[in-house]
Amino acid sequence: MIPEIGHFSLWLALGVAFALGVIPMWAAARGRADWMALARPLSYVLFALVTFASACLMASFIRSDFSVLYVASNSNTHLPLQYQIAGFWGGHEGSLLLWVQMLVIWMVAVSLFSRHLPREVLSRILAVMGLVSVGFLLFMLLTSNPFDRLFPVPADGHDLNPLLQDPGMVFHPPTLYMGYVGFCVAFAFAIAALIGGNLDATWARWTRPWTTVAWMFLTVGIAMGSAWAYYELGWGGWWFWDPVENASLMPWLLGTALIHSLAVTEKRGSFKNWTVLLAILAFSFSLLGTFLVRSGVLSSVHAFATDPRRGLFILAFLTIVIGSSFSLFAWRAPTVGLGARFALFSKETALLANNVLFMVAAAVVLLGTLYPLLLDALGMGKISVGPPYFDSVFMPLMIPTIFLMGVGPMARWKETSVPDLASRLKWALGATVVCAILTGWLQGAIHLLATVGLMMAFWIFSSVATDLWERVRPEGKGFTEVRRKARQIPRALVGMMVAHIGVGMFCLGVTMVKTYEVESDVKMAVGDSTTVRGYSFAFKGVKDVQGPNYDATRATIEISRNGSRITELSPEKRIFRVQQNPMTEAAIAPGLTRDLYVSMGEEVEGGAWIVRVYVKPFIDWIWGGCLVMALGGFLAVTDRRYRRKTGAAA
Amino acid sequence: MKTRHKRLAIAAGVVLVIAAAAALILNAFQSNLVFFFSPTQIESKEAPVNRTFRLGGLVVAGSVKRTGVAVDFMVTDTAKSVPVHFEGILPDLFKEGKGVVAQGKLQDGVFVAKEVLAKHDENYMPPEAAEALKNAAKSNEKTAASLVTGK
Repeated sequence: MIPEIGHFSLWLALGVAFALGVIPMWAAARGRADWMALARPLSYVLFALVTFASACLMASFIRSDFSVLYVASNSNTHLPLQYQIAGFWGGHEGSLLLWVQMLVIWMVAVSLFSRHLPREVLSRILAVMGLVSVGFLLFMLLTSNPFDRLFPVPADGHDLNPLLQDPGMVFHPPTLYMGYVGFCVAFAFAIAALIGGNLDATWARWTRPWTTVAWMFLTVGIAMGSAWAYYELGWGGWWFWDPVENASLMPWLLGTALIHSLAVTEKRGSFKNWTVLLAILAFSFSLLGTFLVRSGVLSSVHAFATDPRRGLFILAFLTIVIGSSFSLFAWRAPTVGLGARFALFSKETALLANNVLFMVAAAVVLLGTLYPLLLDALGMGKISVGPPYFDSVFMPLMIPTIFLMGVGPMARWKETSVPDLASRLKWALGATVVCAILTGWLQGAIHLLATVGLMMAFWIFSSVATDLWERVRPEGKGFTEVRRKARQIPRALVGMMVAHIGVGMFCLGVTMVKTYEVESDVKMAVGDSTTVRGYSFAFKGVKDVQGPNYDATRATIEISRNGSRITELSPEKRIFRVQQNPMTEAAIAPGLTRDLYVSMGEEVEGGAWIVRVYVKPFIDWIWGGCLVMALGGFLAVTDRRYRRKTGAAA
Repeated sequence: MKTRHKRLAIAAGVVLVIAAAAALILNAFQSNLVFFFSPTQIESKEAPVNRTFRLGGLVVAGSVKRTGVAVDFMVTDTAKSVPVHFEGILPDLFKEGKGVVAQGKLQDGVFVAKEVLAKHDENYMPPEAAEALKNAAKSNEKTAASLVTGK
């Protein structure tokens, strides 16, 4: 019964979403307050229905109801409970439901926290989100119903792919989707403003916190996926330029550009068209990402077995959404008007350059991702575009971006003097060069590329420090004045500084690990040891262990340095009982300045094993940096000026 | 500075960034596009020497030989087979008789792989490998047909 109820409530949700997409939009056009009043209640009903359907699917998973096809293909009675729950989004149908679920969560959040918005604006925003959910609900109901029954009912399920049986599976997809779908809010705000013609600084102030929150989730979601790949795939990489990773990176790049462009629109009223365009693009890229991942045009760890109708449907949906929003943009944008003027050297220009660079970066990733598909579709042969392409194009684009990251915050709005800026930043530049060379020297080798990477990191640190110092520099009264001034810095600005420091940490981590990591695959018998970068790894032996739903061979490897024992690692080779798949479980000793990483290959003659031993300097800074970026976003949204707005309305 | 000049300067900057990116892309494409070849194509010398490419097909049953860290095996598209040499750890789902994609260079008739790509579940066939098998099947039919007409 439960699956049927869930299925039925999805159909009801489709009806409600349709009503939400049409009625308030029409009412806003006619100025009918009575009908516009329906927007919020309808959004609550839609939320309740979708959430109820999700709960039904969840219940089917927890009850191991294998008469539901989707449950039978993604779960198993022997699966631990947390992975039965995560099985919800382990396949195509459930991921779509998760998508819609996130969409309605955002919708209800907009309903709750945007009561201060003019009635027409709110009605239009909710209507746009309603229309987007119509598309996705239709897609789900017509081509990928998670509640499809299976007959005869199998005795047990097919199990969740062993790769996915990891805590990462519980948190990574929902967080990532929350970010992905969150750009729909900025999109809805943009469309509503284009229709209503009220595109101004207030609009930007409303949009900003929503965009930042979505961006935070996306940042953390991507970082989680990267960390998960690092410890789960067993070969220690943290980013593969896999098309699906790219699909999440592109909206992130555009979202980052959008955040910066919104700042200009809010503060100075400029770049309005540009900002709207970015809001549309960021969400379009989220949809494109969904298309790439869910249509089966790509093969990767994230792609599910597919049905060509699905790809066609998403492509059509994508075309409608992107086509209509761009037409609307082309039609309405000329009426938006220009903002305040600014000089060639100004904060505006720096932010404009930031936007251009981020968009070009997104375009580069898009090209590298779609080019193989295009060639294949045209029958011009199968190719793949690998990491070297992305590395050699993406990196050079990031150098000016990061240079501007130091300059932009210090530049003044409207007009800034270049000599003045140069003299304010000269100490930062000096510190950057010295620190970069010193770090290389401490690591024992100075490489040109590594020095460039380190300079990028230290440039951010030192320019943020300079910016901070200028804001708190005491004029005579010493420490108390520093404290007073520090407290006066707006939260949004602190958030920006923190987020930028996060980028610096990220750069440092990437550079250190790319330049100074050591990887080695060795054959080891019991008693053998190998030394990598001063760490000695001794193979103590293997034993068989049993997990909840797998059998494993666990090796014991003792790590020591200069004769003193540091730790013992136990990597495993697991065989999952249901699908009989082998799985490598790496063992990692994390550290602030290095990770020690051990994973097992296969057994070879005489009880020896091929063992993979890595020393990865500063790798945790990569994800630490992402978390700090997200923390910066959090600080920025909690700025008083957004709270006051909501507070006054509540 | 006049507004017109300012606009020109900004436009020039944007064009410069895009041009630089385009140059970088073209340059990267020239050296980093990885083409795909099947064992049959390698046999007929269509594959480049000294350039990285991808090879796909099935691992020939009984062909996997380990010597320390190194491993040798044959990849077939059912028509022709190519010997592959690889040093390192094979992905978990590497199995004899199953599909595989390897990336590397051809050296003296042996495909020296830098990377052997993982499949993500046991039923999944890398599309490149599937394509190679399909083409081989087609050419098998053709040869069979020509034999028939030849008679």
